[in-house]
This record gives sequence, C-alpha cells and structure tokens, in this order.
Amino acid sequence: MSAPVVDRVLRSVSDDSVVLANVSRRRFLKGMSLGGLVLAVGLQSTARAQEPKKYGADGMPNGWTDNPLAFVSIAEDGTVTIVCHRSEMGQGVRTGMPMIVADELEADWKRVRVAQAPGDEKKFGNQDTDGSRSTRHFFEPMRRCGAAARAMLEAAAADQWKVPVSEVAAKNHEVVHRATGRRLGYGALAKAAATKPVPERAALRLKDPKDFRYIGKGQLKLVDAADIANGKAKYGIDTRLDGMLYAVVARPPVLGGKVASVDDAEALKVPGVMKVVQIEPSPPPAHFNPLGGVAVLARNTWAAMQGRQALKITWDDGPNASYDSTAYKAGLEESARKPAKVVRNDGNFDTASSGAAKRLTAEYYVPHLAHATMEPPAAAARITNGKCEVWGCFQSPQAARDLVAKRLGMSADDVTVHVTLLGGGFGRKSKPDFGIEAAVLSKAVDGKPVKVTWTRDDDLHNSYYHTVSVEHLEAGVDAKGTPVAWLHRTVAPTIISTFNVEAKNEAPLELGMGVINVPFAIPNIRIENPEAIAHTRIGWFRSVSNIPHAFAVQSFVAELAAAAGRDPKDFLLEVIGPARVVSPEMLGDTWNHGESPERYPVDTGRLRRVVETAAREAGWGKKLPKGQGLGIAGHYSFVSYIAAVVQVAVDAKGALTIPRVDVAVDCGPTVNPDRVRAQMEGAAVMGVGVATLGEISFKGGRVEQNNFDSYQVTRIAEAPREIRVHIVPSSDYTKPMGGVGEPGVPPIPPALCNAIFAATGKRIRRLPIRDQLTV
Amino acid sequence: MIALDINGKRQNVDVPGETPLLWTLRDELGLTGSKFGCGMALCGACTVHVDGQAVRSCITPISSVANRKIVTIEAVGAEPVGKALQAAWVDVGVPQCGYCQAGQIMSAAALLKRTPKPTDKQIDEAMGGNICRCGTYTRIRAAIKQAAAKQGGAR
Repeated sequence: MSAPVVDRVLRSVSDDSVVLANVSRRRFLKGMSLGGLVLAVGLQSTARAQEPKKYGADGMPNGWTDNPLAFVSIAEDGTVTIVCHRSEMGQGVRTGMPMIVADELEADWKRVRVAQAPGDEKKFGNQDTDGSRSTRHFFEPMRRCGAAARAMLEAAAADQWKVPVSEVAAKNHEVVHRATGRRLGYGALAKAAATKPVPERAALRLKDPKDFRYIGKGQLKLVDAADIANGKAKYGIDTRLDGMLYAVVARPPVLGGKVASVDDAEALKVPGVMKVVQIEPSPPPAHFNPLGGVAVLARNTWAAMQGRQALKITWDDGPNASYDSTAYKAGLEESARKPAKVVRNDGNFDTASSGAAKRLTAEYYVPHLAHATMEPPAAAARITNGKCEVWGCFQSPQAARDLVAKRLGMSADDVTVHVTLLGGGFGRKSKPDFGIEAAVLSKAVDGKPVKVTWTRDDDLHNSYYHTVSVEHLEAGVDAKGTPVAWLHRTVAPTIISTFNVEAKNEAPLELGMGVINVPFAIPNIRIENPEAIAHTRIGWFRSVSNIPHAFAVQSFVAELAAAAGRDPKDFLLEVIGPARVVSPEMLGDTWNHGESPERYPVDTGRLRRVVETAAREAGWGKKLPKGQGLGIAGHYSFVSYIAAVVQVAVDAKGALTIPRVDVAVDCGPTVNPDRVRAQMEGAAVMGVGVATLGEISFKGGRVEQNNFDSYQVTRIAEAPREIRVHIVPSSDYTKPMGGVGEPGVPPIPPALCNAIFAATGKRIRRLPIRDQLTV
Repeated sequence: MIALDINGKRQNVDVPGETPLLWTLRDELGLTGSKFGCGMALCGACTVHVDGQAVRSCITPISSVANRKIVTIEAVGAEPVGKALQAAWVDVGVPQCGYCQAGQIMSAAALLKRTPKPTDKQIDEAMGGNICRCGTYTRIRAAIKQAAAKQGGAR
C-alpha cells in the first residue's frame, strides 16, 4: 500500500454513502436545545471547501466543517450550547474548541454549555482525536463557525431595529446598536437569527486577535473540572443503561490465538453470572477488530470477573506463541548491524566516515510500552429496532461507528456512537475494538444492553503496543569532534503491520518522526531501515516513534559532545547548525505530520531557540551539588519545537530523583496556554516513566506484566518535583499552530539520561533505566 | 442482605459478602464516582473513606464494612476539607483526563483530616498509592497545599 492509502486506512475512512441524517440531527437538537428555540433550524449545506489541497485538516477523512448550524445552538434563555466534536482525554479539548467558537461569537463564557458530538464526521468533520491535531486543524474552522453565528445574530438585530447591519455589533452576549445604544440579548435574538442565511465564508469578519476575550489568555477553568472533582463526570466505564448486563472477556493471550475448547460449567455456577458467549476471532490483519474469546455476562462486573476466572479454556496459540522479547531484541540488534534499506542518503557516509578523524558507534533500545490509561477500555451497547447505540471512551468515534456497523451487518446510519469522557487515551482508545465487543455481545443477548469492561490485566495483555526498537548510530567526527558523517539504522516492527501483515519496514509516518527528518548540519547522512516482523498488535502510543528516535538521536549527540569534551548544549546547537528553513522533502520526509511542506517547513531557528530557552531558564552551567546533573535534549515533532532540561540527583546507592524539569515549547500561537503547560507537565511525567520504569515484555507469546505492580508507572515521589514550562510567545494568529498533546514526551528520556551522565558518568542506552544505576 | 451506611444513607444490598465495595457502589448502587483502575489496591482510583480512613474499595469486601461510615467522592464535598480540596482542584486546574482525581481527592482529604499542614514528604507518603497517568502530580501537590492553606494549615 502506498503511504497515503495506508494513512487513510489507518484513519478509518468513513462510508461515503453516509449522509447528513435527519434522525441524528433531531437527536442532536433535542439533546442540546434546553427546551428553548435553537439557532440551528433546517439543513444547510456545509459547503465544504472542494479545493484539491490534501494537507492538514483537508487531508483527513471527512476533513472539516465550519458550519455554525452543526456546532452552535442558542436557547431563548440565552444559553449558548457549543458542540465539541473531538474527544476529551485530558488535553482540554472540550474547553479549547468551544472557547474558540465562543470568542468569535462574543459569547459570555459563563452562559456557554458544551455538548459532545456523537461520531458523525459527515456532519462535524474529522473526529480522529490523535496526532496532536485538534487545535491546529480546527482553530480556523471554529473561528469561522463562531464568526458566522455572530453575523447571524447581528443581522437579526439589525432587522429588528431596521438599521443597516454595519451599525450594530455583537459584544458580550448581546448585540448593540452603536448610534442609539439599544441592546438585544442573544436569547431574544435566537429565533430570528436562526432564519438568517449562514454567511458566505468570504464575507465573514473575524475578530482582530487583540480583541480576543478567551483565546490565548489561559484564564478559563476547564469545563469539566467541577464534575471531575465531585465525581459526577461520566467516562465510558460509567455507562449505565436499564437492564444492562456487565461483561468481561477472556481473550486469546497470544495474537492470532483461538479458543480450542471451553468448559463454562463452573462459571455459570458463580452467583450473578447469567450467560457465557463466545466472540469469534477476527481474521488477520488485527486492524481495530476484537480478538475474540469467551465473554461472561453477569449482573455486575465483579460477578463477571469471578465467572471468567472459573472458565476452563484451552487456547490454540498459533505461530506467535514463539514471541520472546529477549530473543527478539537480539534479532533486532543483528539486523541493526547490517546494511539495510536506505531511506535517506545525503552526501556519502562511507567515504566521509572512513576519512574521519574518529568514529563512534552506539546502540539504543526502547521496549514495548502499554498506554495503561487509568480508565481501561470500556464500552456499552444496545440494539433496538434494528438500530445500535454504543457508548464509550473513543478517540475515533467514526471508526467505532463504521466498524460496529460492518461487524453487525448494519448500515452506519443505523449506528450511533456516543462519546463519553476518556479516562486517558494516549492512542489506545483510537482503536475501538472494545466498542465492537460490546455491540457483538449485545447482539448475542437479543439487543439487551451490555457493558464490556477491560480489567487492568486485559489492558496490559491485549493492547496495541508501542513498538520495540533498536537504534544503531554511527558517526565520523573531525579533529574537533564535530560530526561529518552520520548513520542511523532504525529497526522496529511497524504500526502498518496491524493493518497489513506483510509490512516489515517503518512507514513514512514513522520515519518522519525524528529519524529521517533530523535537521542537522551534517554533510553526509545516511538513514537505513532494516525489516522487522511484528508478533503482536503494534499501535500508536503518545508521540509514537519519536520516543525511540529522539532517545537515540539526542543521546548520541550528547555522547559525541562528551567524546569531544564539549558542552552538550553548545554542541547540540552546533549540530543543529545555523538558523535556516528546511523543506521536509529535502530531508526525505514526504509525510511531515500530514502538513503542507510550505506552511510547515522545518525551522532550525525555532529549534535552536527552544534549546537556548530551556537552557537559559534552567540555569544551564550552574554549579550543582555532587551527584546532581543537568541534561538537555531538543526535538521537533508534531510540527512543534520542544526542548527540555532535566535536573537529576543520584545518591550513593544509585537512587534517582528529579528535582526539576524546564521545558521550552514553541507550538506557534496558542489557544489555551494553561493547557499547553499542563500537557508539557504531563508529558514530562510520562517521559520520566518511559525512561525509568516502562516495559512490556513477551514470553511464549504472552505479555509478562499483569498490573501496576509489574508494569510500573511514575508515582508522585518519582515525578519531577518542579516542572517549569516556558512557552515561546507568539501573538500572530496567522502563523501555523503546532501540536501539543504528544511532542512534550520525546525530549524527556534523552534529557534525563543525559543528566544522569552528567551526574554520574554512566551512559544509559537501554530503557527502562530501572536498576541500572543501582550500586 | 447487607446493610451499608453510604454517604449518610442506609443502603441494603443483595450481593455476596465478598463482593468488593467498589463494584457494589458502581454497579449495584449507581455511585460511579469511585473508579476502577487495577482491582488490586495498586492505583488508588477507587479510594473511599471508611470511618474517615482512606480505603481502597476495590479490595474491600462489603461484609467488612457493614454498618461502618462510608463516604465517597459524591459526598466528600459536604465536609469542609473535601469542599476545600474540590475547589482547589478546579482553581489550580489539576485534572487532565480526570479519571484518577476522585481517588486523589479522597486520599488528600484523609491526609488533611489527619495532618492539616502536610510536608512534601507527608504528601508523597499519603498520595504514593494514587497513580495519575496524565502526570498531574505537581498540580496535585499545589492543590493540596492551597486547600491546606484555606483550611488554616498553610505551609
């Protein structure tokens, strides 16, 4: 498959036959009109742009819409309801997206309610909440959406006063006639405004950013914060339906495994257990489909879990039963030491390397990881009158809808996917296999509501894992230690293998995550990618292939600095080279995170600036007590530039603590700087966890970790005590926005390991660090 | 039938005595604020108060808490400490996904009731059993301190 085809497959292309459905429209209105009249009446064409561009939101399945009728409704009491069509998993999107609309709408935030869109991309545009894309893809459409609704309110007021619309202006939830000071509130105008045509896009008047009330201010509290703090917030796992059965599923422990035999006699004796149902395994490729297995349905989750424990299942494991992480690592290392497929070739590495003053080599290892979202996958479904409703914590609700429809043999029109809050996502919940399970089980009990809950064991045993990789680097350096030749061989099973079992090489969307697109001022660069065969489901994990790539690249640069006896920060800046704008295509990156190479080139000046900012703010070069050290790393990903300085303290026994992390981020102009900070803080903690603790390993094809005792994650005492986030200011909202949710992770592991080197002289090349520092 | 005293209300439940309190709250009584995260008292998402002590409800059989005072996230705001913590959580912007935060607040409330002016070390110890995968720990610490200060226990 070509890269764009694969990308579309991965993004779950929705069925083109799906049309804007009246049924869902009525449900939509009913759900949010609060009993009053709504602005949204009648169907209007979304008039989606048809230009041939294929970048950004345009390049995503079902693109975008800026139709206010899809997103805004106003009740007679003045309550403005704004739809958020992206999934909330902690990034603050349910605050950020509506805030953009509300600002342009001149709505008073105190009178804004947020409603969550069901999975319906024809109506709302793309809903795959991944790739750190929501704000950068929807800032402009959401601004236009708010501006159009504002224009309709202004037109309605001008009509009522019989004055030209140019004499009125919307301001803070009312429209004012400037000459006379007359005012009409949004509630009073809602009915008339609803009859106004949606303005042409070209006629829209957007606010001057200096007049923004909310955008860029970071003053608004999260819309869900109070509900979260008082326990009212509803996640997928909290779904409750009348007459609902609770299910847990015994899934094959090895990918491709099947039930050979099952004895459910004891399970059915467990009090509260009502039924045992087999789920047919899905043929390869794994895609987003259920793994199959045996489900126990009961009156509550506990009874279902007890019932599952009482099942006697013999599994037919299949060929992946030989998957063994220790052996696999050795295989990756062997591949990484031999010439392989060249994916970028600048100059001549061999000639330059053999003529170099000195040559250095290093290999780095990053194991499989599991997302371990605090809310494990969970979904509920019911089928009534030939229509299926699903509730769940989905990052990709349209994919859930399409795949449930496919599995049940229904039209997607007859499937409604309700998106709850997500108790963490990190890429796991982009794969709606758990939602399909719920639908299949509901069908098996005549459409009764069924909720499937994954236990922590299930989550760790049957995830879509972050890949496992060996990164082999070689450099030839001149007499001053400056690299003149750079070889990076990256070998890791590809995410594409989850969709095409034949895939053995990293795809452009993986190579473009910080391996081929390193913008270094080195004349001879060769990047190679040996083949690797996947034996488990490989999937996206927050920041994806950037993790191993940045760990290797930024560690190796620091190793070269040490070999040259140079300051690591100065050396990194020298390797990045002077400030310049580089085309991603020049770097062999045809993917560029799906963004236009013209609008989103690689700007080494921005990379330099975050490195310099993080260093300055951290007090780079300051004197530290014995056993402490600073490490730095800078990485470009998700079209944002991020650098981190980590300060570590390693005691005499090798115990590691992290007093402070400084993160500098240049993600272009920001909508909600407080959430940018929050994402950087969280990414720093997750990065520390990846570096110090995280490892999923396989033996006999089975995952060896079962719960948070064996799959450890960062706790409060191990987290950085202080995380200072420095946002490079940008008030020019015509400049492109970058991603925020993911790019904070990749610089942390190398910065941390570089700090450990500074503190102890010990170089970490294999993650997780775990007890490698123990003396 | 087992009688439980939950949030000041007597509730009779008809499930086996070994059923964990968590699943009784969530599935039988519809109190879904207490969360499932691990089922082994490893993550703290299910934390409730039993007679004022922070307890992991996922491993607490209901037979062991019959007629003891159980308080969950749904009612902890009725207590001054709980209310102060919830307000601080919103004000500091602690939550990201929010899933673990009910358990975090319940652990923090038990801490502040016992130790109105906690040190960083005491916070580490009291909160060490509560995992936040989004990594909100620095803000959790800040919010606990803010709530403590509002309660007159500033440090």
